[in-house]
Parts: sequence; structure tokens; C-alpha cells
Amino acid sequence: MTALLEVADLTVTFRTDGGLVRAVDSVSLSVEAGETLALVGESGSGKSVTALSILGLIAPGRIEQGRIGFAGEDLTALDEAALRAIRGDRIAMIFQEPMSSLNPVLTIGKQVAEPIWLHRRMAWREAYAQAAELLRKVAIPDAEARLDDYPHQFSGGMRQRVMIAMALACRPQLIIADEPTTALDVTVQAQILALLKGLTQEANAALLLITHDLGVVARYADRVAVMYGGRIVESGPAAALYRAPMHPYTEGLMRSVPRLDGFASERLPAIPGQPPDLAKLPPGCAFAPRCPHVHDACVAAAPPLHALDASRSVACHRHG
Amino acid sequence: MQAFVTRRLLALLPTLIFASLIVFVSMRLIPGDVIDLMLAQNDLSTDHDRAAIEAALGLDQPMHVQYFRWIGGVLEGDLGRSLWQNTPVTEQLAATLPITFELGFLALIVALTVALPIGVYSALKQDTLGDYAARSFSLVMLAIPSFWLGTLVMVFPSVWWRWSPALEYTPFLEDPLQNLAHMIVPAILLGLSLSALTMRMTRTMMLEVLRQDYIRTARAKGLSETLVVARHALRNGLIPVVTLIGLQAPLLIGGAVILEQIFVVPGMGLLLLEAVFQRDYPVISGVFLVVGFGVLVINLLVDLSYGWLDPKVRHQ
Repeated sequence: MTALLEVADLTVTFRTDGGLVRAVDSVSLSVEAGETLALVGESGSGKSVTALSILGLIAPGRIEQGRIGFAGEDLTALDEAALRAIRGDRIAMIFQEPMSSLNPVLTIGKQVAEPIWLHRRMAWREAYAQAAELLRKVAIPDAEARLDDYPHQFSGGMRQRVMIAMALACRPQLIIADEPTTALDVTVQAQILALLKGLTQEANAALLLITHDLGVVARYADRVAVMYGGRIVESGPAAALYRAPMHPYTEGLMRSVPRLDGFASERLPAIPGQPPDLAKLPPGCAFAPRCPHVHDACVAAAPPLHALDASRSVACHRHG
Repeated sequence: MQAFVTRRLLALLPTLIFASLIVFVSMRLIPGDVIDLMLAQNDLSTDHDRAAIEAALGLDQPMHVQYFRWIGGVLEGDLGRSLWQNTPVTEQLAATLPITFELGFLALIVALTVALPIGVYSALKQDTLGDYAARSFSLVMLAIPSFWLGTLVMVFPSVWWRWSPALEYTPFLEDPLQNLAHMIVPAILLGLSLSALTMRMTRTMMLEVLRQDYIRTARAKGLSETLVVARHALRNGLIPVVTLIGLQAPLLIGGAVILEQIFVVPGMGLLLLEAVFQRDYPVISGVFLVVGFGVLVINLLVDLSYGWLDPKVRHQ
């Protein structure tokens, strides 16, 4: 059986004043139906661009090469109208900033009902009724009455619940959540993620969870793909990757997660150096300048993503 | 809501009184007074004649007495009488205000129908040939004074095609088509000059709004670009545009004075101009009072429209 989402060899470029930038470079990943894949990386590693290119929303960027297979169709080959029919219906997206991702002048009811009105061609009245149902599902108290409220009358956590309701509106097969909890209070983060995970499981939808938070990954993801400098450097089942990270970057990330059982006086280890400038990537491995295990081969050529076994791959000369 | 409007209207009073004071004093300070004009027109010149006319018009009193007498009348709804025609100023205003209002209203419609679509188009096609053309057009309209454009419209078509705009005023209720045929040319000229800034503002705001996160959300829902613009972008972008239109209201009235003169529209602008030439103080003061009130009411309407456009304002 082929995966629900099968991104193969995807390269996305942006034309900037500093030259052509490869935000995403030969990225391949797959998500099975009902599975949660975490796409992990720092800001600027290309994870959001990867997500947006699945929906075809990367203008002014360009998909240079690659294929985005979704339920047997190649999304890169579809025209704008066909993509629009998929967006919000079969693939839905949740964004990072609940504060600014909802339209301030439209009611919550209108915004949640809109995809239903659009894709199911339902009358507004019926769509509103479904919107109320969705708001109840994401545990918004007094859902019916809040349909006529505006986003500024909701807290950040409540707005993200609204975003989740909106994403679930048309029962999508795939939900892409781009750092859905980064902008929220720590206490609210866990609630939102549990809700998101629970509802996607209930709907048997696949979840592509984009995050830089490894704690989130450990709790909610089935599999993990780690991105660095526009490429995937390591991927594998979440548990295995946690137990034994293979790529030096993943190792560094793991070490820099604060531990509850560690000493408070201990300095948290950090990865030295800066994330790479995508406009000026080195010819070899993008992580080489920061890598503790760097040797001549790393500077000479970028290591390809290499399958270690059926489930794990890593792009590092140490494991070549 | 009602309390808000009442409070705002009451706050208008001091502003209006202050404005009326400035107009009252400054009109009497411009050289050449009404008595000289009247004496010259009637071939009179003796001091005796002067004193008689001054007394008859009440202009022999000290200025502050004149002012209090006038403002006292205003509070009772009496704006005084024209020094020349001896008709009540309220009557003259009642005859001319609707005409100027019509001109301003038509101009506003012209301005919005030109500015909004072009502004949105310009933003959507940023940095294309069409955008450059639209922006250049707006710059040109901003730079050309409407009296010059008005004069061109009067002169050149008549030289080239022996056609000139209709200059005979017909009341709207008598013959709407005839009326519009006369009003449409000055309305277009006035509207175009108003549209320049409005178009620029619409473009800027649309560019700003189209970058917002909620627009990306709207696109991610699968909405067509038309719906994204019409439903999600336009209303957010229009909030500052409405403010700008309100701020331009005095411009609209100032433009009307000039264009009414050129196109012989018997509105308040023409009334004001004649009154200034004749130093007809009560008429001038009356017109300014109405204009000032109009501008302040427009600003109030703009503030009220925020409530409709921006739910955040509504809930405060």
C-alpha cells in the first residue's frame, strides 16, 4: 500500500536579492493514513516551506523539482482550481499564530463554517449548525452562542481551538499543523496538542506536525523527520530516534532539551554556531561548520540520505 | 450608542462657535468693506450716506456686539439677512445646500468607483505595467488642480468638436436626466481629484492586508482569489480608507466652490463666492457655519463607520 502523502525529491527555490535560495532541497517524506509524522528543525530549516508547498501556497517561491503524491495524485501537476478543491477539504492546515491567523472582522461562526459552505456547497445556515458542532468538539464552552463572536473576544488557546475546528470542518485526510502551540502558554500547549492528536485519531486523519519542540515529538509523533538547512538529515520511528539519534545534529538537539532530573546549576549544552544562511550553503554537509565529528569528507560533499534499515535513514558520512 | 452620538454632537458646539468667531472677524479684516461697495454702486459718497447705510445694516456697532447679536440669532435658528438681497440667509442656504450636496455625493460615488477597483487591482498586480499606469494616473490627478482641468474641459472640446458641457441648471426633481447631464462633468472632475489619494491608500492597505496571516488561512481553506479579496481582505483594508475619505471632506467642499463657479452650478459654493466678492458678511458666516457643521458631521459618520467595519471598536 502506498502512503497517503508521498513527497519525493522536492526542491523549492525563492528568488531573493541575495540570489536563488533553495529553501527545500531534495526532500522526501511520507505519511501513512492515520499516522503522525513530526517534521523537526530550527527556524529557517525549510519545514514550513515544505508544508506550504504541499498546499501549493509557496508563491513567490517555485517548486523546482519533485513530486507531491497525495492519495495517488501528483499535487505538483494540478492546476490552481484543482488544488483549491483539495485545500481545506482533503488537506487542512493549522498555523502557528492563532492571534493573527483568524480574520479580525469576520465572526468565528463564519470562519469555521466557510470551508463547509465552500466545499460541501451547503447553505450558510446548515454550515453554521455544523460549525457549532465543531466548536463543541474542540471544547469551546457555550459553542452555539460564541458563533457570533469575533476573534478578539477569544484567548490565544481558544483561538487555536477555533483553528483546529476550522481544519477539521471538512473531515480532511491530512492535517498539517505548523508549530500549532509555539505561540501559546506552556499550560495551554499540552491541552491543544492532546486535543489535536485525539481529534485527528478519531477522524482517522494523518497529521503532519511541524515543530522545533522535541518534547512534543516524543509524546505525539509516530515517526520523525529532522530537517537542517533545507534537507532531511535523519528520519525514523520516534521512539528509536529518541533512544539512539544517529545524526550529530539530532544528537545536539536531544542534548539541548532541558531535563527535569538534571541539576538546575548545570548549563544546558547548546549546539555551537549559527543555523546556515540558505543563500550561502557550503558545498558539503550544511551542518559541517557546527559538527563535532567533522572531517574532510563532510566539507567535500553533502552526504545523501542513506537508509540504515526499513524504517531509519540518516544523512551523515559517519553512517555511510 | 445613542449617548455616544449625543456626546459627540455636543462636543461639536465649542468647535463650531470658535470657527464662526474666526470667520466673523477675518471677513471684516479683508480690505474693502461692504459699505464702500454699496456707495460706489449707488453713486453716493457723502459721510452722511455712509452713516445711514451702516446704521441700517447694524454695522455701526462695535464688532463684538455685532458678533453676539449674530450668534444669538444663530442659536434661535436665525442666520440673519443678506446685506444685498435682504433675504434671510437660511432661505439662501436652503436653496443652495441640496445642490452642493448632490454635487458632493455624485463626486464621492465617482471617486469610490474609480479609486476602489483601481486600488485593489493595483495591489493585486503589484509592480506590473497596470500597477504603474494606475499609480501614475493617481499622481497626475493629485497634481492637477481641478480648476485647471475644469477650464480645459470647458475650452478644448468646444474648440475641437464644438461641444461644451451643459451649463444650464435644472432642479433634479424637475428633470433628473437634464440635471445629471449638467452635474456629471463637475462631479467627475471633483471625484477624480478625490480618487487620487483614495486609490493610493486602497492600494497600500490592500498590499498590507494581503500579507497578513489570516489571508494565508483563507487561501488554505481553498477559497478562490476573488473570495479571498472580497470577503477577507477588502473590509480590513477599507478601515483606513474610510478615514481618509472623511479627512478629504473639506477638500471636497473646497473643490465644489471652484467647480460650481466654472460650471455655473447654483450651489453653496457659488453663493459663497458671490458673497465674498460683495462682502456679504451674514451669508459668508452662514455658509461657513453649514460647511463646518458638515465637515464635523462627516467625521462623526466616519467614526461611527469604524464600529461597522471593525468589530473591535464596536465592543469597546
